[in-house]
Order: sequence, then C-alpha cells, then structure tokens
Amino acid sequence: MIKFTTYNEQETREFGEKFAKLLIPGNVVAFVGDLATGKTTLIKGICKGLGINRDVDSPTYTLINEYSGTPAIYHMDCYREHNIGGWLEIGINDYLYGDGISLVEWADQIEELLPKDTIKINLEHEMSDINCRFINISASDNFLEKVREITN
Amino acid sequence: MIILGIESSCDETSIALLNNNKVIKNIVASQIMHEEYGGVVPEFASREHMKNIQKIVDRTFEGIDIKLQDIDGIAVTYGPGLMGALLVGLSYAKGLAYTLNKPLIGVNHIEGHIMANFLDHENLTFPFICLLVSGGHTQIVYVKDFGKYEILGRSIDDAAGEAFDKAARIINLGYPGGPLIDKMARNGNVKFHSFPRAKIKNRPDDFSFSGLKTSILYLSKQKGNNWIQENLKDVCASYQEAIIDVLQKRVFTIAKRRGVKKIVLAGGVAANSRLRYVFTEISKKNNSDIFFPSLEYCTDNAAMIARTGLELLKRNKISSLNISAVPNLRLIN
Repeated sequence: MIKFTTYNEQETREFGEKFAKLLIPGNVVAFVGDLATGKTTLIKGICKGLGINRDVDSPTYTLINEYSGTPAIYHMDCYREHNIGGWLEIGINDYLYGDGISLVEWADQIEELLPKDTIKINLEHEMSDINCRFINISASDNFLEKVREITN
Repeated sequence: MIILGIESSCDETSIALLNNNKVIKNIVASQIMHEEYGGVVPEFASREHMKNIQKIVDRTFEGIDIKLQDIDGIAVTYGPGLMGALLVGLSYAKGLAYTLNKPLIGVNHIEGHIMANFLDHENLTFPFICLLVSGGHTQIVYVKDFGKYEILGRSIDDAAGEAFDKAARIINLGYPGGPLIDKMARNGNVKFHSFPRAKIKNRPDDFSFSGLKTSILYLSKQKGNNWIQENLKDVCASYQEAIIDVLQKRVFTIAKRRGVKKIVLAGGVAANSRLRYVFTEISKKNNSDIFFPSLEYCTDNAAMIARTGLELLKRNKISSLNISAVPNLRLIN
C-alpha cells in the first residue's frame, strides 16, 4: 500500500490527473471513504487526465455516469444502492469487465462484485485540517511501483 | 383532451388523470420503506413499482365517470431515472397504448418538473427563468417557449437536494433530508454558523455544493454530535440558508442580466418553505413575478407528466411504441 497526502482540493485533483496516466482500458478503480473525503474531486482529476472535457458531477442519484471517449469512462456511485442484486440488474458486470475504465465510488458496498485486480483507493480526513486528505492506494506491486514514480 | 400520466423514474410510482388543464386524479404511492434504509433503495424501487402500478391505475379510475377507453393519450416518463424503475412505467404504458390503440407520449421527467407549474398557474406564460432544484438536478433554465430551453447555470458537483440529504445523514437527522432540515430550521437562527457560499472561478452562474457538505462534516466532527444535537435547529437553519442564498443570488443575477421578470421554481427542493419565502420576498422587492408549484406537484408526480404530455399531443409529438428508456436523458440533448 502507498500512503499519500494532499493538502488541498487542487492537489487532490492534480494527483488524479497524474494517476490517470497509469490507467489502461479494463481497469477498475474502487474509491472508499466517508462523506466529503474527496472521492468525486479525485475522480474529476482522473477524468481530466483521461481527456474528458465535460463536467464530471456526482452520480449519487444517477448511479452511473458514462463519459464517452477512448476508452469510455464509467463513473459509478454505490451510496444509495447497496443491494448486490440491484447492481447486477443494472448490468454492472458489463461495465466492470468491459473495455472501459470503471471508477466506482462507495465501492465497499459491492466488494464481492469487484474484479480481483481492482485498484483500491481509500480516502481519509485529517481532522485537524479541513483541506487535508490521506490517499491510500492498494494494488499489484507492479502498479504500486508506477504510483511511486509519479508521487516522488 | 384526457391524458393518463405515468411516472416511475425513481422512488415514486404515480398515476394521474388530466382533463385539459384540470387534474382529475393524481395518486402517488410513497414508498415509506425507504425511510428505514436512510436513502432511496433503487432495487426495491423497481420491484415496488411493479407491485404498485396496476393497483394505482385501478384506484385512479375508481369513483369517476371516465373509463380507461375514454383517454386520448398515455404520457409516460422515459428518462432520466433508474433503468429498472423507468422500464416498469414505460412497458406498462406501451402495453396500454397498444391494447387501447391510443397514442403513446414519451415525456422527459425534467421537462415535467418545469411544466408542473402550469397545473397550478393557468395564467403563467412563456418566457421565464426556471430554477430547477431536486435530488438529482440543480440548474437554471431559460424557458423561451414550450420545448425551447437554454441552460444558464448548473451544479458542477452535488445537486441541491443531495446537499440536503447528505447533510441530514451527517447530523443524524434521517431521510428524506430536505423536508427534515426545512422543518427543523423553522425556528432556527440563519446566522448561527457561517457556512461557505462557494464561487467557481470563471463560472459565476454555476453552483458547487460539495464544499458545503465538507464544512458541515468538519463542524460535526470538531464540535461533536452532542453539540450538534443541542444546536440542531440553528445548524439546520444556517446550513439551509447557505444553499438558498447561493441559489437566489445566481437566479436573480441572471434574471437581471437577461431582463427577465418572471421566475419559476420547480423540483422537489422547490417545496422547501424557506426557499419559497426568500424567493417571494426578493421578487416583491424587484417587481418580479414568482411562481412555484403546490407542494404535491414539486416532488415526483404523474400529473406533471400528463401536463407535459398534453402539450406534446397538441403538437402531435407522439412516440413510437419502440421508444427506449434513457436513464441519462438531459433537458437538452
């Protein structure tokens, strides 16, 4: 696991932009963290890094936002829908095992559906500083090596 | 003309019967089970829609002289919403349209919210500026005419309704957050805590509510739950004020710039009593007309779908029976 700290929203976004360059079609990134830890903010940065020019907003009510591009980006949010059966009905496997890149907020709600090689990003607050966030990344050793290169 | 309206895009199954501008029936099956889960439970929602829909249609035609065969068209929401939920209403409507040999009219749910205002205000005329605020949408729309829209401002992250719902969860108030915060805030001090009014660089007409969510989270973590509970009505009042303040500033600034003197509110958050009050007061001050739907037509309902369907049918904008549900439908495509 790699631990990384950002000190404001802008840094979180910039980290996302750099992190995006490590992603390849088929990747699934799981975002876990309390309300307001910066999941959507980080994803905004990642989408920018992936060349998405449109606004990236919260899919809490829409469940899945699809941003067309090469590859397609699927921005999902499991905050409201905790039911595995519900996600299967929506067809989540087509997204998770498809050719696009899936970015899943509140992914701990659907842990058992995630592919084995899912990249996990856990976000935490620093209670003494409203703008500071801890970003913890778990993935394969190979991937983490690449993350180290962009964070150093 | 008699229109049957069908709405099942999210939480509510609703059926309405409209005779020209007059609502004969508008039945909404509130799915109170959601309260137990602290949020909308979409998978349950589509099952509930399936269980409810025929029962509500039967209820709609109880005790009136109009029969199913008498309707002139079937208006149904085809998006945006949750795929499973939308399909229940849409498939039902298709079956009915085919069996009765009546026109099927696919309606955009967002347009329905705007058109809800015509259910209460027959004197309302185009053009106007509409603030559309709900769980999933926050946008300022210039409505030039029926079907002619221009988006002037929008939220770049959380919708206003989401800002209410998530805050309510942070301070352990329950679900749905909007009505609970509204009620709690009524005797509270709007100046109790200064929550941030976010501005977005180079985009003066857009909204951002995610920082507001962060702000109430830190307040609750730093001061502790006991403190929040002791000051609950003041916390709610000042949090709510931050949302409303941002909404009104954007709307009235845009309206002034555009020279529009007619403001219309729409969507679930338009049911908020403080929002209605603040918009009414400011409108009075600058001689604008203000319109908002009655409470039952702010939240999701089939009457607004039927009302929109009526306008579409008048213009002969009928859908084919193979129309698909579009979960990510926008007001302007």
